[in-house]
Amino acid sequence: MKLVTEKRELTTKWFRFFAPIVSILVALFVAGFLLLAAGVNPLQAYLEIVQESLGSLYGISETLVKTTPLIFASLGVSLAFRMQIWNIGAEGQIYMGACGATAVALFSGFENPALMITAMFFAAFLSGGLWAGVAGLLRARWQVNEVIVTLLMNYIAILGVDYLIYGPWKDPKGFNFPLTAQFSDAARLTEYFDTRLHSGFFLALFCALLLYLFMERTVWGYEIKVIGSNPKAARYAGMNTGMAIFCVLFLSGAIAGIAGFGEVAGLQHRLQHGISPGYGYTAIIIAWLARRSALGVVIVSFLMGILLVGGDSLQLTWQLPVAFVYAFQGLILFFLLASDFFINNRLKLVRGERHA
Amino acid sequence: MLEILLDATVRSGTPILFATLGAIINERAGIINLGIEGLMLIGALAGFAGTQASGSLLVGVLAAFAAAMLAGSVHAFITVQLRGNQIVSGLALTMFGVGITALFGRSMVGLTIAGFERIAIPGLSQLPVIGKPFFNQDMLIYFSFLLVVAIAFFFYRTRWGLALRTVGENPAAADTCGVPVLLTRFLAVTIGSGIVGIGGAYLSLATTPMWIENMSAGRGWIAVALVIFASWSSYRALAGAYLFGGITAMQLRFQAMGTTVSAHILQMLPYFFTILVLVISTIRLQKGTSQQPENLGQPYDREDRK
Repeated sequence: MKLVTEKRELTTKWFRFFAPIVSILVALFVAGFLLLAAGVNPLQAYLEIVQESLGSLYGISETLVKTTPLIFASLGVSLAFRMQIWNIGAEGQIYMGACGATAVALFSGFENPALMITAMFFAAFLSGGLWAGVAGLLRARWQVNEVIVTLLMNYIAILGVDYLIYGPWKDPKGFNFPLTAQFSDAARLTEYFDTRLHSGFFLALFCALLLYLFMERTVWGYEIKVIGSNPKAARYAGMNTGMAIFCVLFLSGAIAGIAGFGEVAGLQHRLQHGISPGYGYTAIIIAWLARRSALGVVIVSFLMGILLVGGDSLQLTWQLPVAFVYAFQGLILFFLLASDFFINNRLKLVRGERHA
Repeated sequence: MLEILLDATVRSGTPILFATLGAIINERAGIINLGIEGLMLIGALAGFAGTQASGSLLVGVLAAFAAAMLAGSVHAFITVQLRGNQIVSGLALTMFGVGITALFGRSMVGLTIAGFERIAIPGLSQLPVIGKPFFNQDMLIYFSFLLVVAIAFFFYRTRWGLALRTVGENPAAADTCGVPVLLTRFLAVTIGSGIVGIGGAYLSLATTPMWIENMSAGRGWIAVALVIFASWSSYRALAGAYLFGGITAMQLRFQAMGTTVSAHILQMLPYFFTILVLVISTIRLQKGTSQQPENLGQPYDREDRK
């Protein structure tokens, strides 16, 4: 008797749909053992995650607050994924977006809120876009590996923001803390129901809708998909793949940059250290779990929002490091990759020798 | 002055050297491993914990090797046996490494150990200029010299090395010749990962003998970029790693001299130069003066063979 694998003739839609859910459940199970090994009762920890993030109106609002940057960043990452371009630099693009928005908020002197917010939005859009555009240019012109470039630029972006808030942009009245002065009221997004939930959340949903329409209803969206699935055919069809690579990475970074705008204009009201606790990295997982669909991105971002709010609370009650959430996310990805194999193959017991 | 700078170059280049060598073994067999950063952290923590528990540096290094190997075997299983996406699996490995070491490293924060000490090699360490930086170092650095030569010898002078390279270049041909493709790839990824782990252990056992969360600080990613600079050769990996060691050493020197340039700007230099070097080596790659393994990044499935 021998265990062999065999390709499935047909793969059902249900399998594809359920694979991410099963992966999350299995990852929860395995992460439970890790928690146990670290001296934390996993059932209690999971219960606490759900209670903190969904158990009260305030909890839900906090979850949506975390969901907001995740949606933006994941939309950006998934757009690039569509073309088989790996934008691992959403984290840095969020920082650059926050940086651009902050520059406008601090130095433009606009007093009209609509004008101020619009200018901040476009500054963030451009900053994030140009930051990713560097990787796009290098990839389009010389085929330089965009995974490594976008990732290394994260470190540069974060150090760049540190330079500004420890140096030229430091609030002179801030008791020497590394943060900028607080923004004027004109530079603040609307907040709802006495919570930290701000209009950036609805902007994120709108952005998801726009991106869906862009991908499914426009020629550009179609070209992106063709170039992603078959670059040779795209070139024969006369598509300018180099230009497309640059534009997609620019747009991908620009959308991630909006997350930075949302964080400074809606939440922090100033630029400070750790403006993103790794939203850009979580976005990669969300984009992969959501199978690159815009609606999927919104749903999975919400799930990850739950995890992040819960993770913050576990940090307080159990002194668990926030980075533990990464271990969990890594596990989800491992199991999703493994389940992809079983979607396309089945295990079979065979008697005797295997004939190739 | 030059001696001090060279010494700092070798010491900051060594962890990157181990990581680059491990990554080269992975990629020579055709598997991209973006989990290097996570593997370094796992190696750093396991090395520190092993030494802390046993009091022996050797046990620490072996623990780092074993732990990184174990973690690397997950990447190997997913990419080799299950033919999963190598980029996603590697990123997952890095995230897992960052998270798991933060979780289990909690109890190690603040503890200290006696780290690696310098052992002067009689005669050689008396050489002018290069004597002290290269021959008055710790055991792990001497081991890294040995490893560079051993890997080059393995690739080009042994039957197994040839098999490994063929698996990365043309797995179908290797399969025809009776080379077990999947097993070779699996071993290359796990052993390569183990070597990356030793690079991590260098950080926690020699550079700063303690455990700090996320202490690899992007060195794993620099190593991934250096593989391309090194054209998948261990000797060039040595040159690349020391180039980066040199930049780090200069940056530290500038800071110590109290320059007016912000520390944050200086800290950007290694990342900035890595991108620069990556661009230059990629352009060289295009011109055909260096070549990447033909089958890099492609899963092998015997049934797909045409």
